[in-house]
Amino acid sequence: MTPATSLLSPADVDAIWLTLKLAGTTTVLLLLLGTPLAWWLAHSRARWRGVINALVALPLILPPTVLGFYLLVAMGPDGPIGRFTAAAGLHALPFTFAGLVLGSLIYSLPFVVQPIRDAFIAIGPRPREVAATLGARPLDAFFSVILPLARPGFLTATVLGFAHTVGEFGVVLMIGGNIPQETRVVAIQIYDHVEALEYTQAHWLAGGMLLFSFVVLLALHLLNDRRAQA
Amino acid sequence: MLRRCRSLIAVALLATMPAAFAGELTVAVAANFARPVEVMAPVFTAATGHQLRISTGSTGKFYAQIQRGAPFDVFLSADEARPALLETEGRIVPGSRFVYSVGRLALWHATPGRTLTPDTLRADIAGRVAIANPKIAPYGAAAAAAIAHLGLTDALGPRLVHGENIAQTFQFVATGNAAFGFVAWSQVSENGAVVRGSAWLVPPDMHPPIRQSAVLLRHGADNPAAVAFMTFLKSDAARQIIRQHGYDVE
Repeated sequence: MTPATSLLSPADVDAIWLTLKLAGTTTVLLLLLGTPLAWWLAHSRARWRGVINALVALPLILPPTVLGFYLLVAMGPDGPIGRFTAAAGLHALPFTFAGLVLGSLIYSLPFVVQPIRDAFIAIGPRPREVAATLGARPLDAFFSVILPLARPGFLTATVLGFAHTVGEFGVVLMIGGNIPQETRVVAIQIYDHVEALEYTQAHWLAGGMLLFSFVVLLALHLLNDRRAQA
Repeated sequence: MLRRCRSLIAVALLATMPAAFAGELTVAVAANFARPVEVMAPVFTAATGHQLRISTGSTGKFYAQIQRGAPFDVFLSADEARPALLETEGRIVPGSRFVYSVGRLALWHATPGRTLTPDTLRADIAGRVAIANPKIAPYGAAAAAAIAHLGLTDALGPRLVHGENIAQTFQFVATGNAAFGFVAWSQVSENGAVVRGSAWLVPPDMHPPIRQSAVLLRHGADNPAAVAFMTFLKSDAARQIIRQHGYDVE
């Protein structure tokens, strides 16, 4: 047990650092993978677009421990993901940082894809048509016209994806195995403190997390407001 | 005919009498002991007429909830420490605290038909070994002690993964993500025989005893059903069910 005199133990600091690393990695990957997906969802006329939309939204509804349990089974030696990683000569994913990133990608997917998709829909076809008449190639038009217009959507997606991953608990609980500096994130550390009756340390970590989340959301609103006024 | 009907009604009324006077209690039970309590419930109801409502969860969470006035009558903890703390805090009926079961630890592998010994862990060096978190779970602390007793602390260190409780530890092994795990004997045995996978029952002298305490909470002090359940827990019928599920009794 850590003496109550120090506010954060080295294990707490490790957990905070790991959480930020996980949320950062997940957010960057989701922006890269989620943008093409959001574009497709916004513009495709395919009949199964509805199916994909529903699949993207599914992590919003599934209890995280359920999602985590099926990830644990899928990543296990007999599961499809586990067989794939074994065949590819990769390390098994459960109890690793890479496994947590994969879990977080699924868990936070709707929080990144949906705001970007809605931003693309809100822009509509008009700016692209104008850009095309002015001679811009589609990719050029996307980067110089669409992306700047969709910036509020991307801002929301980034902040929500990051914050939601920071707050992740159930999935990590199921696939993490509580290994320091590898899978023991802040939410797990708080849970352990509470279970061990170390309420003071739990309060400090939880309070910090609450403050962090509030500041992030406040900053998002202020930024969006300023843009709306500009 | 009418008379027969009347006597039938009388019998029916009589049959419902105990239920009319019967009470109900809510018992908060540590997840590892949920199954024996479920088996006890109909036996207890048949013997006393009282109904049992079972709430399962982790000992640490129940402790925090009871401190904040959760409406539980009886608390079956996974350890001795939390009930003792509740006693010093004046949240239980004085003198009601007693050890209702002693947990046994088992080294477990998901595939049946394997002979497990401590040497298995020395020889079979591939794969993870799952234990419950020693900091928060009594079975985890016992597992860590047994590993130390076997002189395997350093060898197993990098291979260990922690489940938050004994159920999750079991799950890590059952899904094949850990090769071995230290689980509760009660999870893998019935009537003293292994019924799931392969197991080695860890001798009790390799770790501190996993003594689990029961307490009558203040909330249940005046509830006859709660008082009856505390008595029932010490009965031969209850002790037999406890032993059948892989626990020792004192």
